[in-house]
Amino acid sequence: MLAFILSRLLQAIPVMLTVSLISFAMFAYVGDPVTIMLGQDYTEAQREALVRELGLDQPFFVQFVEFLENVLRGDFGLSYRLGRPVADLILERLPATLELALTAALLALLVGVPMGVYTGLYRDSWLSRLFLTVSLIGVSLPTFLIGILLILVFAVILGWLPSFGRGETVAIGWWTTGLLTWSGIKALILPAVTLGLYQMTLIMRLVRSEMLEVLRTDYIKFARARGLPDRIVHFGHALKNTLVPVITITGLQLGAIIAFAIVTETVFQWPGMGLLFIQAVANADIPIMAAYLILVALLFVVINLIVDLLYYAVDPRLRSGLAATSGR
Amino acid sequence: MRTRALAAAAALALAVPYTSAEARTLRWSAAGDPNTMDPHSQNLGTVTKILNQIYEPLILRTRDLGLEPGLATAWRQLEPTRWRFELRRGVKFHNGNDFTADDVVFSIERALAPTSNFGIFVDTVQSAVKVDDFTVDVVTKIPDPILPNKLASVYIMDREWSEANNVRQPQNTRAREETHTVRNTNGTGPFRLTIREPDVRTVMVRNDQWWGWNVPGNDSNITEIVYRPIASDATRVAALLSGEVDFVLDPPLQDLERLKRAPNISVLEGPEVRTLFFAMDVKRDELLYSNVKGRNPFKDLRVRQALYHAIDIEAIRTRVMRGQAIVTGTLFPPQVNGYTKEWDKRLPFDPARARALLAEAGFPQGFEVTLDCPNNRYINDEQICQAVAAMWTRVGVNTRLNAMPLAQFFPKIQREDTSIYLLGWGVPTLDALYSIQSLLATKDGRPGNGIWNYGNYSNPRMDALTETIKNESDPEKRNAAIAEAMRLYHEDVPHIPLHHQMIPWAMRANITIPHMANNQPYMRWARVN
Amino acid sequence: MRALAPLRRLARAVESDLWWSFTRSPTVVISALVAVAMIGSAAFAPWVAPHNPFDLATLNLLDAFTPPLWLEGGDPRFPLGTDDQGRDVLSTILYGARISLFVGFCSVLFAMTLGVTIGLVAGYAGGAVDAVLMRIADIKLTFPAILIALLVDGIVRAILPRELHDRIAIWVLIFAIGISNWVPFARTVRGSTMVEKNKEYVMAARVIGLSPARIMWSHVLPNVMGPVLVIATLQLGFAILAEATLSFLGVGVPPTQPSLGTLIRIGNDFLFSGEWWITIFPGAALVVMVLSVNLLGDWLRDALNPKLR
Repeated sequence: MLAFILSRLLQAIPVMLTVSLISFAMFAYVGDPVTIMLGQDYTEAQREALVRELGLDQPFFVQFVEFLENVLRGDFGLSYRLGRPVADLILERLPATLELALTAALLALLVGVPMGVYTGLYRDSWLSRLFLTVSLIGVSLPTFLIGILLILVFAVILGWLPSFGRGETVAIGWWTTGLLTWSGIKALILPAVTLGLYQMTLIMRLVRSEMLEVLRTDYIKFARARGLPDRIVHFGHALKNTLVPVITITGLQLGAIIAFAIVTETVFQWPGMGLLFIQAVANADIPIMAAYLILVALLFVVINLIVDLLYYAVDPRLRSGLAATSGR
Repeated sequence: MRTRALAAAAALALAVPYTSAEARTLRWSAAGDPNTMDPHSQNLGTVTKILNQIYEPLILRTRDLGLEPGLATAWRQLEPTRWRFELRRGVKFHNGNDFTADDVVFSIERALAPTSNFGIFVDTVQSAVKVDDFTVDVVTKIPDPILPNKLASVYIMDREWSEANNVRQPQNTRAREETHTVRNTNGTGPFRLTIREPDVRTVMVRNDQWWGWNVPGNDSNITEIVYRPIASDATRVAALLSGEVDFVLDPPLQDLERLKRAPNISVLEGPEVRTLFFAMDVKRDELLYSNVKGRNPFKDLRVRQALYHAIDIEAIRTRVMRGQAIVTGTLFPPQVNGYTKEWDKRLPFDPARARALLAEAGFPQGFEVTLDCPNNRYINDEQICQAVAAMWTRVGVNTRLNAMPLAQFFPKIQREDTSIYLLGWGVPTLDALYSIQSLLATKDGRPGNGIWNYGNYSNPRMDALTETIKNESDPEKRNAAIAEAMRLYHEDVPHIPLHHQMIPWAMRANITIPHMANNQPYMRWARVN
Repeated sequence: MRALAPLRRLARAVESDLWWSFTRSPTVVISALVAVAMIGSAAFAPWVAPHNPFDLATLNLLDAFTPPLWLEGGDPRFPLGTDDQGRDVLSTILYGARISLFVGFCSVLFAMTLGVTIGLVAGYAGGAVDAVLMRIADIKLTFPAILIALLVDGIVRAILPRELHDRIAIWVLIFAIGISNWVPFARTVRGSTMVEKNKEYVMAARVIGLSPARIMWSHVLPNVMGPVLVIATLQLGFAILAEATLSFLGVGVPPTQPSLGTLIRIGNDFLFSGEWWITIFPGAALVVMVLSVNLLGDWLRDALNPKLR
């Protein structure tokens, strides 16, 4: 077990190194932070002084090595745009993104699993067909369009829910939460639905196909033959067996949720990491972009590790099973 | 919604007897968030719109952008290179410190520091000298008749506080540690910063000790300002319509009609002191981005005139700008000193004439060129460029549009890596020199000359006029020189002017804020009714 | 000859079962018709579209914001109205769908080629090669496609000058979306290959001395193509959406050659202002296109998976 974890951790190092190199390299030459920092009116001498001051006149690898050393110390530098430590900025935004992502994932699970079970058990009922059709439309609608339509309906026309922001937040240590206030919860609904819809349809379809597979297996047939009631067969045997891939895939999809949060946060002006990232891109704020990509990569490596361990713990045989079902 | 609002109003009405001062919050939004609270670090409208509520310069702007006493009660030119400022007594900073001449000297020196972005406003300043506790002299290198205009943009900080918090110099972006002024303020203004969460919210509360509340006209009843940026146009409009914000500084033009029709929204319309124009490379012998080899078509006056004649400015005004633009033939709007109606006339829209001029210049088949354009700097900038590209293509000048974010656009044109580009020029000093010197003077290395003249327009006559405008202290002679420069501008076509931007503000109907041509709301005049 | 048996099985399925289940479901027939119609009209946009919206010389700004034909102020020249630049919305949709579909098809083709090759090699070679390739796939899988596409696009943007980048933006996008989607192909093919390679016919082929490449290509590949086609169809919908999302975020195709995603992004600004047709029609076109492709893919999967029948 320890050896397994260690080998996984060792594998993560080149990944992280590559990501840091890429994230640094990709932004080192895009845009020009100097112009943004100087504003509209300045002289060439002021410009050159700032370039020197920022170290932008040094060779690429000198800049990169310096960057890496600092990252290892947990120092991502100061945001060009905001003049504040990037680590602080990201820590401030992390709760917003995680609350949004986890709520969206939870929503997707809580709605997606029952829908999947139902459509798996009653393949030909009209409700199943409706669910499937709705889920197909859900998969076919781009996230940004869903968000905009939800704002139009629920914020502008009906006026029920806020169209932007996080509402009132409560600070618990460095963590800020919107889950403890009514306005915070109201503000969370539209973004979470927007973000969770796609995952919900994925989970529904996954549960459905897993159910269909499991229901064909011999032991379910035996269970039926033994005269067990449908309820026990369906939920005690069949569903239990479908849940392992569902949970692991939901875990893996958490990464996708965090990535798609960029789009959702842009539409809803949700003050999370994705919005910080997009604003950094627009302003060529290299330190923030680099830190974001490295942190997201780290997050994914960790999620991957946890999923691996989960698998390892549940059933080593399942490894190839994951391979077959985690197609998306 | 309505019933709930009524219930809330009833609750408020009931609450009144129990509180002496009613809490009135103004919830304000715009696309961009200020990136610092340092008063001398970023000369950007997004920053100063917040700082203007917290900090004050020596001289304040009136509602029509004139000058009125601020922290200075009087000022006069003792000699051509020395201005004297009498300071207001009894003013306190938000932290309780007294305001004195030391603070003024300190602030002007701070604005002169290398990391300051406000240097353009003190470019002629030699030194600031304390005469006594409430008198300061500003000595200039050359006579500067418009110094008070410039100092109306320089905020005054507390010297003691700045030294205690190690912020003697404006924010240094290379610093490993956060500068105190990035999130903290200590001004003398009508509002005091209480919460600063970048990109999320900025909260200011009323400074009841402000000296100016006794001055007639400063009749704000606002107790709290909550500023929250919303970058997405659609979301920002939605928030205003749904009542989540009270005031939007930059409503998108396309939504104005809808906002005007909404029963509880009012829209204020007015011009900004900013002019959009196309400038082109008139120096190189061959354009960088064109299929014409061996000659530069833009060196030919007839080609510049042809592009001018090809623009259907009315179509741009009505369709792209939805009427929110004032068509112009000159370099700066009427609010700027030196403006003359006489030279504010355009070459008429006349595609046939454009084609004829092109043929005369030796391009009967036209030519190809790439137009560089920002897509997030001016109001509808990319759409303007798209429309103009189509108009030029129609007269034979095949125009490829290269639209990009300002982060890429400005470095590109500053490298002079362009053949023709769109620029919008604002005039914070409200004096023509600022425009003429930066945009039309030959880039000869002298401070300020041609620093934004990336097409390298150069005309000895224009340079001579620039020097006259710089040094002449007789206002009449000086304005005559400006008028002459504008006549030359009309004749020489160094730019193809388009329009002065209009800047509509949108707000809930119960809010009153005077519209300002510098696009800066002053909350000391704002009311929630 | 035995090697051809599975292929015949597939052919038979296509001839009988597939066709039967196809015609049985009206939804599938309709979505197939819609998909064919949209792909056809998009492919032949220059001949089908009433205008060429990208010929600047034909644009007139005074035509801007014309509403659709059936509304007051509509113009018969512009059945679905015009956008902010006076371009015919119907024509921009046709031209935009052309670009969206082109990017979708090419990126899926690219992902398929890459994924199938990796899957075949991993499954056939096994051992260390398999372990390394699948580990890469694991790592890749944890990175969301959209983020990878953002990264690739960003890197290329950084390396190439802007002028050049605009010209090859579409290929960059195809590469970015393709590279982020090869894993499902690889995993499926690897699984099937591992099963197939132990079957008698492959053993036989190996015994008679055929090269591994030859065996993989002519014996293993045909047997794994069924699921690959299903994945490809499903991935097409995904690729079109990915392109739209990237274009919405502003890193996709340049606005001078707008895809449906770019059109929606531009039109989005006019959603609240009453000129809804500028965004609703391209949005609807995108949804209908992806939906019909997804329906086809869904049906194909169910039809080809005998276990589910």
